[in-house]
Amino acid sequence: MRAFIAFIKKEIYDSVRSGRALILIILFTIFGVMNPAIAKLTPWLLDTLSESMAESGITVSQVSVSALDSWVQFFKNIPMALIAFILIEGGIFTKEYVSGTLILSLTKGLSRSTVVLSKASLLLCEWTCLYWLCFGITYGYNAYYWDNGAAKYLVFSVFAWWLFGVLTVALTVLCSALAGSFSEVLLGTGGAVILSYVIGFIPKAKEFVPTFLTDGSSLIYGVRSAEDYAGAVVVTLSLAAILIISAFPVFNKKKL
Amino acid sequence: MDILRISDLHKSFGSKKVLKGLSMTVPEGSIFGFIGKNGAGKTTSMKAALGLLEWDKGEITILGERVEFGKAKTNRHIGYLPDVPEFYSFMTAREYLRFCGELCKMESGDIKKRSDELLSLVGLSGEKHRIKGYSRGMKQRLGIAQALLGRPRLLICDEPSSALDPVGRREILDILSSLKGETTVLFSTHILSDVERICTDIAFLEDGVIKAAGKLSDIKGKYRKNEYTVETASNEALSVLLESFKALKRTGDRTASLVEGETSIYDVLRFVGERRIPVIRAELSEPTLENVFMEVIEK
Repeated sequence: MRAFIAFIKKEIYDSVRSGRALILIILFTIFGVMNPAIAKLTPWLLDTLSESMAESGITVSQVSVSALDSWVQFFKNIPMALIAFILIEGGIFTKEYVSGTLILSLTKGLSRSTVVLSKASLLLCEWTCLYWLCFGITYGYNAYYWDNGAAKYLVFSVFAWWLFGVLTVALTVLCSALAGSFSEVLLGTGGAVILSYVIGFIPKAKEFVPTFLTDGSSLIYGVRSAEDYAGAVVVTLSLAAILIISAFPVFNKKKL
Repeated sequence: MDILRISDLHKSFGSKKVLKGLSMTVPEGSIFGFIGKNGAGKTTSMKAALGLLEWDKGEITILGERVEFGKAKTNRHIGYLPDVPEFYSFMTAREYLRFCGELCKMESGDIKKRSDELLSLVGLSGEKHRIKGYSRGMKQRLGIAQALLGRPRLLICDEPSSALDPVGRREILDILSSLKGETTVLFSTHILSDVERICTDIAFLEDGVIKAAGKLSDIKGKYRKNEYTVETASNEALSVLLESFKALKRTGDRTASLVEGETSIYDVLRFVGERRIPVIRAELSEPTLENVFMEVIEK
């Protein structure tokens, strides 16, 4: 346990002193502010563009926006935030392989399982905190300007997207145990997400693939209900658990 | 007692066989020089002993306990200094030692006390900067400090002095030498003068196996080829000797060497006595480790 805490502490030092933690907090805050801001500015934008649009034959009628528009923005923007998160933090395993810094820690009696456990916990914690920070900011602005009650299944829809992020983190962890370089990790993680999209094209599999969880807009508009997502939630949770658990034996056999 | 025992270790990288049945033992309390050419397999053997590298066949034990690949259990007895130690550059030396101490499950007060001791031993006690700005020599010295932190029974150093300038090298050797009696030191090197300076025991690794191993003095004795150096007072005197003894080989203006064979040193000395040839000295030359090394690898 002491080794776990020491290693986590080291990871946090690294994240803070290298400035990565600050960059991520700023980024997720910007995303959180952007969602309601874009929704709020849409009428004004359309208004300024209406003249030129009228010339090309498009007439713009009175546009009204609600919290729903802001939440739609949230679901549009959060994939970018997740990509940024993986790009910034996803290298915490591989950079230690490249620099060779793990060797000394392992020869101090640090078990390999502790390395995987602490790095995976840190990634999950960071993703969770940053995600809910972004959510909280959007929620606060939405509550101030409009009414969050307009969005159906709001809590579940954001939980589903968070869970998709958890799976992506789990993918990164397993890929990091397998691969030697960060580009391989990105390739593996990205490839797996794309594979999920492709499988999602098969009508029968559609509701069971993890990427189905990213369709939050259908939930808040009430097009789908939370029950429709049960299959995808179970699949995603099980996959995330399997990926993380299998990272341990893989990392134990890794040549460093 | 043997602190490290390696038996019949085999390791291949692809089709290249690096270790072909390496067996050796490191006695407790020794400063053990592990000698071999670059690429002979020194690092491979050491990494295997640390459980960092999977081997094909053979057994390694540390204080009687089996080393397993991927497991860190036996490493609690070992301090390790790689050839180019890499640290978390965002930490200071003190922070890094604290981190290492916590990994070794040391008490907080003990970590502080030990860090102070070791940082002054390696001459880094006044260093407040982050490791990012350290020179190679400073990193090597911090490497020794971190390796000794947990009071290991065995210190394994991989070419600790090879990449350093003469001053840095001397400092590292002095530190290692000062550990005599406290910690067993196994260090790999291809710099023979370093070995002669501090080692008590040596092993020569060549072609994947240990070609010779034992106490430094024993090895030197074993490979001693009764070679004598004879110095005369003048060039002419030496010429007389050279004419009379074909086995004498000129090595300088007034010096010649004799490897005993058919002609013994006593024959030469008798001749010197009879002819009253002015001789300054006739002495048995100590074999240098370099000669021994060359002989071992040529065998």
